[in-house]
Amino acid sequence: MSAPLLDVRDLKVAYGKVEAVNGVSLNVPRGEIVTVIGANGAGKTTLLNAVMGILPSSGSIAFNGVASERRPVEQRVADGLCLVPERRELFTTMPVEDNLLLGGFLRKPADRAARLEDVFARFPRLKERRQQIAGTLSGGERQMLAMGRALMSAPRLLMLDEPSLGLAPRIVADIFSIIVALREAGVSILLIEQNARAALRVADHAYVMELGVVTMSGKASDLAADPKVVETYLGLGGH
Amino acid sequence: MADLLKNMMNPRSMIFWLAAVALAVVPLIPAVPVYWVTLLDNIGLAALVVIGLVLLTGVGGMTSFGQATFCGFGAYATALLTTQYGVSPWLTLFVALAVTLAVALALGFITVRLSGHYLPLGTIAWGIAIYYLFGKLEILGRNDGITGIPPLSVAGYQLSDSRSVFYVIWAFVLAACVATSNLLDSRMGRAIRALRGGTRAAEAFGVDTARVKLIVFVYAALLASVSGWLYAHVQRAVTPTPFGINASIEYLFMAVAGGTGHVVAAIFGSTLVILLKEALQRILPVLLGHTANWEPVVFGAVLVLILQKWPGGLWMFVERLLPQSLAPKITADAAPLPVRSLPARGSNLLSLERVRKAFQGLVAVNDVDLSVRSGDIVALIGPNGAGKSTTFNLASGLLPLTAGTVSFDGVRIDGEAPRRIAARGMARTFQHVKVLPDMSVLDNVALGAHLRGKAGVLSATFRLDRAEEARIMADAARQIERVGLKDQMLLQAGSLALGQLRILEIARALCLDPQLLLLDEPAAGLRHFEKQQLARLLSQLRDEGMSILLVEHDMGFVMGLTDHIVVLDFGMRIAAGSPEEIRANPAVIEAYLGASA
Amino acid sequence: MDATILLFLIQDGITNGAIYALLGIALVLVFTVTRVIFVPQGEFVAYGALTLAMLDTGKVPGTVGLLLVFGVCAFLSQLWNGWRDIDLARLGRDAAFNLLLPAAIAAMTFWLAPMKLPPWASVALTLVIIAPMGPYLYAIAFRPIAEASVLTLFIVSIGVHLAMTGLGLVFFGAEGFRARPLTDVTVPAGPLVFTGQTLSVYAVTLVSMLALSFFFHKPLFGKALRATAVNRLGARLVGISASLSGSIAFGLAAILGALSGALIAPIATVFYDSGFIIGLKGFIAAIIGSLASYPLTALAAIGVGLVESFASFHASYLKEVIVFTLIIPVLIWLSFAHGHTDEED
Repeated sequence: MSAPLLDVRDLKVAYGKVEAVNGVSLNVPRGEIVTVIGANGAGKTTLLNAVMGILPSSGSIAFNGVASERRPVEQRVADGLCLVPERRELFTTMPVEDNLLLGGFLRKPADRAARLEDVFARFPRLKERRQQIAGTLSGGERQMLAMGRALMSAPRLLMLDEPSLGLAPRIVADIFSIIVALREAGVSILLIEQNARAALRVADHAYVMELGVVTMSGKASDLAADPKVVETYLGLGGH
Repeated sequence: MADLLKNMMNPRSMIFWLAAVALAVVPLIPAVPVYWVTLLDNIGLAALVVIGLVLLTGVGGMTSFGQATFCGFGAYATALLTTQYGVSPWLTLFVALAVTLAVALALGFITVRLSGHYLPLGTIAWGIAIYYLFGKLEILGRNDGITGIPPLSVAGYQLSDSRSVFYVIWAFVLAACVATSNLLDSRMGRAIRALRGGTRAAEAFGVDTARVKLIVFVYAALLASVSGWLYAHVQRAVTPTPFGINASIEYLFMAVAGGTGHVVAAIFGSTLVILLKEALQRILPVLLGHTANWEPVVFGAVLVLILQKWPGGLWMFVERLLPQSLAPKITADAAPLPVRSLPARGSNLLSLERVRKAFQGLVAVNDVDLSVRSGDIVALIGPNGAGKSTTFNLASGLLPLTAGTVSFDGVRIDGEAPRRIAARGMARTFQHVKVLPDMSVLDNVALGAHLRGKAGVLSATFRLDRAEEARIMADAARQIERVGLKDQMLLQAGSLALGQLRILEIARALCLDPQLLLLDEPAAGLRHFEKQQLARLLSQLRDEGMSILLVEHDMGFVMGLTDHIVVLDFGMRIAAGSPEEIRANPAVIEAYLGASA
Repeated sequence: MDATILLFLIQDGITNGAIYALLGIALVLVFTVTRVIFVPQGEFVAYGALTLAMLDTGKVPGTVGLLLVFGVCAFLSQLWNGWRDIDLARLGRDAAFNLLLPAAIAAMTFWLAPMKLPPWASVALTLVIIAPMGPYLYAIAFRPIAEASVLTLFIVSIGVHLAMTGLGLVFFGAEGFRARPLTDVTVPAGPLVFTGQTLSVYAVTLVSMLALSFFFHKPLFGKALRATAVNRLGARLVGISASLSGSIAFGLAAILGALSGALIAPIATVFYDSGFIIGLKGFIAAIIGSLASYPLTALAAIGVGLVESFASFHASYLKEVIVFTLIIPVLIWLSFAHGHTDEED
């Protein structure tokens, strides 16, 4: 078995006093979907931001065999790490196509054009709206644009922070089928999702985070059947 | 008097007063050269301005590049009146203050509502305009200025040399220090300090932040004006130069070098910069030759360096050497603050009718109905992004409604500012905790009682607010005990864990003496036992008659606690009812379990 | 006041306004990309004007020394702030950009200056000397605290202004200079006479704006700079380096500042500290544009130029007072139009 694509060990983030990560270790094997579930405020978003390099952290982050702790964000992007944040962070005053092209900022021009076609093939909706200003898109289209922009950088690992947030069920289903299709295309995925049931259904491995630490981990299907997980994250309280 | 004595026995105050006495003796020693005394005079004059700037920048989070201009108003007012009209210098002080007050009010009024950087930008441009005006007006002697200003005199004795005027200057500095410390340690002082934590939390507790900002700006301007007035009588002549933009920058440099948040740091910063300036004027020509003036280069570079390496200022190096300040005394027998009568149990307290909120076409809250009966705990739940927080902000007035009505205790409140709504008896907590980390738990909680006091700036500076302040502090202490944070009361809020901070916010809300508590995700990020503690506290509050509306993501938390639950999904109310009804509702299960992907 | 005077005042106002527009645009650019309220923008104007004037007389301008000093400081600052992840490749890149580049520019200037270049070549050389100062300044003063509050960055910016004015005095002396006009051509137009210099101001301003507009909308790199202004976090996430964007923005600001200086130098006598006041007039325009809109800023700059021109005709001794008092109605308007713009960070 080859080394995992992402190997995080004893990661700690102390920012403010509020949402912190306190010694998390996790790994994402190549070609798999790994999900992290947990309550609001458990530190999931902080974890992703630290792995991306937006937040300073201690501990080790090895990506694709390279120690990444001290690499600046843009270098991690070049290495093939990519984050779609919860708030999407699009370039709202610019057209869809420019948003996508900027997603491929670090790629060579020829590669960029090819990837643009690829993204348009995956998200035909974006192709229809390529000239539209990003800020005028609907919620679902924005999420597609955020994912499309991320794919433009040819990521090895795509980190998705609450991709279903605020989306209608039909669109959530679309998003999840795209996530599965991306795995088929060889992209590994680290997924944070409040919709724990849907996340566990598509994921290969899963971690449960509580208050900045990992409290459970294992095969996604095992966790989906674990009574504690069922009670806390899948059921409605005291089912 | 006994109080004052007790306060002076505080080791920190003791050091302060000893230093003051030592300073007072310096000019009396004949061996001390006049040059030194003059230097001390200059430090005192600058310190007056810088005390105001520390309040403005370090405490209030604003800044001004126009303080020297305010000095100019003080200086020119007295210069003109004493030389042209023979008015007594002591009378002109009031004219100087009045002129400055008018100008600062006008300028402050138009800038404090704008975001942070417009005030300094405005003061730069406007400071330059006034500087040119000083140099152009015939009546102010154009660039030559006004000469022949009489010295100050006390009881017929003219204070015309450095040694004698020293006492007047430092008496003013001392007075400014005491007044400013008193101000910071008061109801208004808490409001000023709250500005740094963003305006939302302050407004939610009834602080009129625009007004408080204006007060601080005017206060700083008045101190600068006094300094200018003194300067005119010390120099006996005024010209435009010391009131230009470079002088203003120098004052700001002193404030930054000294540090933020401490009145004494202002004196420290003034001393550092003036001594640095003296040293540079002596050393640089020797090192680098006489031709060039390196002083501004060094000043600029040092300013940048301090902000990069020690953004809190250099005072902290002194602070470490000083003893800790004594804990504030809480008078438990202070008369309790008046308490609002709670509405009859079961009466309709809050109702939202068909409230709607659209953000640029996206409907975040879609015709939602919700009501809270007095004495109930009502939960607003739903998946992330369902519009819970938006609904909540519509109720508390933080966001304007697109359509619908909100009434509280039978009165329509939609369209009212959060401050007004708070005054009606609605208090809230925040999803992202908004407390001031460097203030004690007690002070943070006491901010909640802002609307229950009346004391303003003047009564605070002269310590006429002590009775009211004691009642506020006693109430804050009571609320802290009520929520079970007694042991942490005197700790800095920044040292608390998240769970305790959430409880602190509840105590602060209780300090407002509310009829309704609005809690925004109070259980988010809490440990299991903390959640249990919180649930116990909330039931206890309900038993005491409090009504509570809470937004929550965690179903388990609300199920055992609440009387009534409203479920939102995609901005719409999909269910409402008792916990049992909600648990069995298929629409809710669908929303929570998500799409069958 | 007859029509001729009116026309003359308008012409004069537009000429100055065009220069303020260049400065205002630079300020908006720097603010949107880095959140720095760049008070020292005016110093680049003075440096540009004085450099050009010196080159005209065949002397090596003091800015060459300044450039070397800035380069060394930038190199040391980068070394100090990044010593933990230093590697040879980065060290080499830093040394080339911060040490070799200014040395090469200095050598070129020493070689070219005595030749008394034609005016356009002197302007080009002036831009070459001053442009790298922007990125150096960013590296020294702002990059180490890029995440600080707008207010802190503003105060730092004031410190930089102080130091740069002081350095201007050290390297240029207290004497004022005026440069040769770019051309001696004059074009009569009715009652007015357009000098070659005035026409150059119009032309250069227009071309610079078109070039900037092209840069922001066509090449991906320009779009990246715009993207940084729209969403700083989003830009980082696609791999646009914040410090590279900052360097470019500061470089463009230095170029625009020096260009303004080169345009002003033949019109007015410039002293080491003249830039501050000129830069502040660009600021008034930028504030009217809410530190966000380029077209509004450019229009406002023309307005400032016109007000100034009419003010100096009617009450010349109150000219500066009137121009800077303009800020008051602007702030009132912003205050009531925008209301609360709190909770910044």
